[in-house]
Amino acid sequence: MTWYLRKEEGIRTSPTEKIGAPDGLWVKCPSCSKPLHIKELMQSQYVCPHCSYHFPIGSKEYFRFLFENGEHTVLFEEIEPIDALGFVDSKPYPQRLAEAQKKTGLSEAVRCAVGPIGSHTVAVAVMDFGFIGGSMGSVVGERIARTIRYAAEHTLPLLIISRSGGARMMEGSLSLVQMAKTAAWLAQYAKTGLPYISVLTDPTMGGVTASFAMLGDINIAEPKALIGFAGPRVIREATGKDLPPGFQEAEFQLDHGFVDLIVDRRELKNTLLRLWDMLCSR
Amino acid sequence: MEVILDFERPIVELEGRIAETKRLAEQTGLDISDSLSALEERLERLKHDIYQNLSPWQRVQLARHPSRPYSLDYIHAICEDFIELHGDRCAGDDKAIVGGIGRIGVHTAILIGQQKGRDTKSRQYRNFGMPNPEGYRKALRLMKLAERLRKPVITFIDTPGAYPGTHAEEFGQAEAIARNLYEMAQLRVPILVFIIGEGASGGALGIGVGDKIYMLENTWYSVISPESCASILWRSWEYKEKAAEALHLSATDNLKLGTIDEILPEPLGGAHKNPTAVFRLVREKILQDLPPLLSIAPEELVPLRLEKYSKMGRWREKTASP
Repeated sequence: MTWYLRKEEGIRTSPTEKIGAPDGLWVKCPSCSKPLHIKELMQSQYVCPHCSYHFPIGSKEYFRFLFENGEHTVLFEEIEPIDALGFVDSKPYPQRLAEAQKKTGLSEAVRCAVGPIGSHTVAVAVMDFGFIGGSMGSVVGERIARTIRYAAEHTLPLLIISRSGGARMMEGSLSLVQMAKTAAWLAQYAKTGLPYISVLTDPTMGGVTASFAMLGDINIAEPKALIGFAGPRVIREATGKDLPPGFQEAEFQLDHGFVDLIVDRRELKNTLLRLWDMLCSR
Repeated sequence: MEVILDFERPIVELEGRIAETKRLAEQTGLDISDSLSALEERLERLKHDIYQNLSPWQRVQLARHPSRPYSLDYIHAICEDFIELHGDRCAGDDKAIVGGIGRIGVHTAILIGQQKGRDTKSRQYRNFGMPNPEGYRKALRLMKLAERLRKPVITFIDTPGAYPGTHAEEFGQAEAIARNLYEMAQLRVPILVFIIGEGASGGALGIGVGDKIYMLENTWYSVISPESCASILWRSWEYKEKAAEALHLSATDNLKLGTIDEILPEPLGGAHKNPTAVFRLVREKILQDLPPLLSIAPEELVPLRLEKYSKMGRWREKTASP
């Protein structure tokens, strides 16, 4: 007889609630509950070696394992957010920005860089969900547009790793038009004859999915990543129906024809290199 | 039945009093022209006071007014001839987006718009102006047709958003919108965009990338509807008025933010008070702005459009340290 009965098996925090990569020496896998040493986790690209659960991670972690020896030059950090609307909800937007900057040590919800991956020099943008839900405002849109442009001007393959709740409300229509801006630059990039690979991770939603994230020449999703336009709660409210299990997950998107591949993060770099080796040989 | 918005009540009451006064005068034969003209003057002042000082939320209400002209009303009024075309050649024909070929003066154009319904049945038929992916793909097919036939594209935006349904997700709502943004950015013919009602988020932008973006005076354009914004940031729809203010979604705000090019004035009280005047204005705009755009070579037009969107957004740029 136990002291208390656990009502639910395998209680897990949804990946969207967990914000950055885990810190501390030991972490418990939220999926299989096995204890994992942080070093072990880092060596497996933050994927649980026991159950393949993909821990949500950000630009810092992707840069570290994608670039050779983590070597890269960060681009466009000089572009910084401002409060163009004087937006106040539960707190003023400038305060929200300052808090996000302090919490994450990042200047915005995307980091852009150029550096070597295998034998290729690649322009990379990675979104950080920890920064106001990875939302796209003017700065995210502008940095991504400039990364695309940089890749086009330097004839480099382009990689964007998305993880975002969508467009940022606190910048109103300024956020909305970033969708058009990034898509317009991708149309320019297409002229280079080089591939744009989009990696969609958990979660990629709203205006980010409905712009650059879905426009990859090759769309790669991480296993089980939630990918869609409208969020599950909104769909439930609009239709009055429960959603089937796996709805909007990577496997659903693959089955419906919107992603090319689902790639385990431990295989991501290798897959990218195989693609670039075939597509970018000059 | 005429729908009266809350803030319009004082106007309706005063109009009632004027009508009553007139009726009394007729019955009694008394000369009350003095007090009548005073009342009418008061009415004019009142209308100006109310309609020229609308809050953002009141504008949202006017943008959604059920008597407002919808896309097909504009299209039929401004075209001498119009033939509607259907289907995305892939999965179906979305009724929330209409499109076809029309003639406006000397021009033949492809016209596309989000379409709402007037009564319960037609509202459902039009899915309340909320398109599914088939709608965006139909729009894209028509835009590519315009490009091939070297005809300009004119779009009318009036949507509370792309439909958030299971079918829409299964058929790739996000991909359909993204693809349209990508293709509209490089379409080799001029695109004019008129926001005539609600301009909600990606659902609006999906047919809203162009060389000239016009907003009617009492419309809204933003990244999210005030209700949804309120329910996310304030956790309740009750704060929709606050959200409408915070989002800066009005035509004047958008003009200041540089997300649109021009505001088209509406008759006092909204487009539905005098649709003919609004149709005339839109038609004049088209006839005036199309020729210069048509004279630009496609090789120049597309880079100009890219430049226009590249400038959009507000940020601070630290000068790079040496």
